[in-house]
Amino acid sequence: MSEKKLVEEEVNFQKSDAFNLTMIPGAFARKMRTCVIWQFIRFLIINIKMIIVVGKSH
Amino acid sequence: MARLVVLGGGVAGHTTATFAAKWLGSQHEVVVVTPNAKWNWIPSNIWVGVGQMTKEEVTFDLAPVYAKAGITYHQAKAVSINPEGAESSDKPFVTIEYTSADKAGETETIEYDYLVNATGPKLNFGATPGLGEGSQLGEHTVSVCTADHAVHASEKLNEAIEKMKAGTRQKFLIGTGHGMCTCQGAAFEYIFNIEHELRKAGVRDMADMKWISNESFLGDFGMGGLHMKVGGYVVSSKLFAESLFAERGVDWLIGAHTSKVENGKVEYELLDGSTGEEEFDFAMLIPPFAGVGLKAYNKAGEDITDTVFAPNGFMKVDADYTPKPYAEWKASDWPRTYQNPTYKNMFAAGIAFAPPHIISKPMKSPNGTPINPTPPRTGMPSGIIGKAVAHSVCDLMTKGDSAHLHEASMAEMGAACVASAGKGVFDGTAAAMTVYPVVPDFEKYPGTGRDTDYTFGEIGLAGHWIKHILHYLFIYKAKLNPGWTLIPE
Ligand SMILES: Cc1cc2nc3c(=O)[nH]c(=O)nc-3n(C[C@H](O)[C@H](O)[C@H](O)COP(=O)(O)OP(=O)(O)OC[C@H]3O[C@@H](n4cnc5c(N)ncnc54)[C@H](O)[C@@H]3O)c2cc1C
Repeated sequence: MSEKKLVEEEVNFQKSDAFNLTMIPGAFARKMRTCVIWQFIRFLIINIKMIIVVGKSH
Repeated sequence: MARLVVLGGGVAGHTTATFAAKWLGSQHEVVVVTPNAKWNWIPSNIWVGVGQMTKEEVTFDLAPVYAKAGITYHQAKAVSINPEGAESSDKPFVTIEYTSADKAGETETIEYDYLVNATGPKLNFGATPGLGEGSQLGEHTVSVCTADHAVHASEKLNEAIEKMKAGTRQKFLIGTGHGMCTCQGAAFEYIFNIEHELRKAGVRDMADMKWISNESFLGDFGMGGLHMKVGGYVVSSKLFAESLFAERGVDWLIGAHTSKVENGKVEYELLDGSTGEEEFDFAMLIPPFAGVGLKAYNKAGEDITDTVFAPNGFMKVDADYTPKPYAEWKASDWPRTYQNPTYKNMFAAGIAFAPPHIISKPMKSPNGTPINPTPPRTGMPSGIIGKAVAHSVCDLMTKGDSAHLHEASMAEMGAACVASAGKGVFDGTAAAMTVYPVVPDFEKYPGTGRDTDYTFGEIGLAGHWIKHILHYLFIYKAKLNPGWTLIPE
């Protein structure tokens, strides 16, 4: 019987009850957080959203 | 010629003074009284505290900027206000004590026509025994609240990293140093920046990291938390905060009032009334904030501090201070013009104004100890309030007493906040958030109290880029470089 490969990002669930009861991003979500192309798109979107909120507040 | 005196040259005071000087021109005089020679972009102190920026990168000299703007600058701290003048004259005045090397300790009075109190917080280390009152740098713990504190914190962090490299495990304890603290966001940034640096140094597995905070749930941030639309759901910030802590392997202890700090150990009381101890090798605990302790006297020289200031030392403004239960709190309790109700030529901006009540749900332990965050007044609201107050004062000076006052209620304004979780052009991350409005309005937005179309948050490299750009942008603006008025607060 082959052992299932360790899923690195899931290991922390086991570390405490508090950790176990929340959500932890998987490999894809983590990768996207520092993926330059995707983050450049997010940069533009977040800036637009922030400018709208700043505009509504002045 | 009338004179506006601004007390405090931080985010709010600098905004008020520079806009007022621009709008008033040479017709009227703008005076700034502030104890520091340098302006500090406080949010970047976090990066100084992990050795990723120097003190010089987050500060600049105020004198040349005020000279350029035509502002009279006194490097001094205000001590007291006489809003009715003295027996010899009706003219109101402030008493200041110089802090500059050449005049240190000398006192002087400055008459004013209008006064803006933007003195920010007193870092009240003395509220918790052992937190560091009088030491300037923290006694057993470090702080990142000023640039000097952050330089010291970075040195201590380096020592801890060296110990880990030499094989000694280190316990990091970061959070709030009292049950009534605000500014959880700064501690949140610091713990994740440390975690990021430890990974870069290859010693993360030698570190135990713990968050200690007076929030009743993770992600409260003194705003009662916030709800955001994500993946078709509307979810609480609690879930996101817990997720980040779990992902980065940072334990948490919440609902905690830090009651005592000793060498390597804190004592705390929890919301359930139980008490405990937590050991540490390195701790950064934010002190609670109070007003800076200005006194006020009437014409006869009698102490009227209680009339002008709330018991926490912040200045009373046009808020509804009537004590009422949480269920009856309203958005309309929050001030709109920041004018002092007794002396109409006095205003308070930024952290210096007394909020009507907290924003988070009030909590007490069974022993009666209040354990809840006090309301944050972050950079953007402080700047917007500072600008609105400048507008009002300029109109009063140029159009007379009947001029319309400008409004900037925290229950009608949003805030954009970028919380760094690690610095790096390609591996950095930050939680970029907006919240609208800052103070929830459950009458207007039943359910979450906020407009979920304008309240959002996400973590990633883009947030870090924004945080880094804002660092340069706000320092550029504060130096009054060309086009500075176009950069929003
Ligand atoms: C470590 C840290 C990180 C932060 N990060 C962020 C962030 O990322 N985003 C954000 O929006 N906000 C952040 N904040 C909060 C932000 O710094 C404050 O909201 C903002 O500085 C408040 O502006 P203020 O003008 O009211 O007070 P301050 O900026 O503190 O200014 C008060 C000024 O008054 C002066 N003063 C004090 N006593 C006297 C006296 N007696 N007489 C005259 N002057 C006096 C002080 O020297 C100071 O110059 C952070 C705060 C900290 C501590």
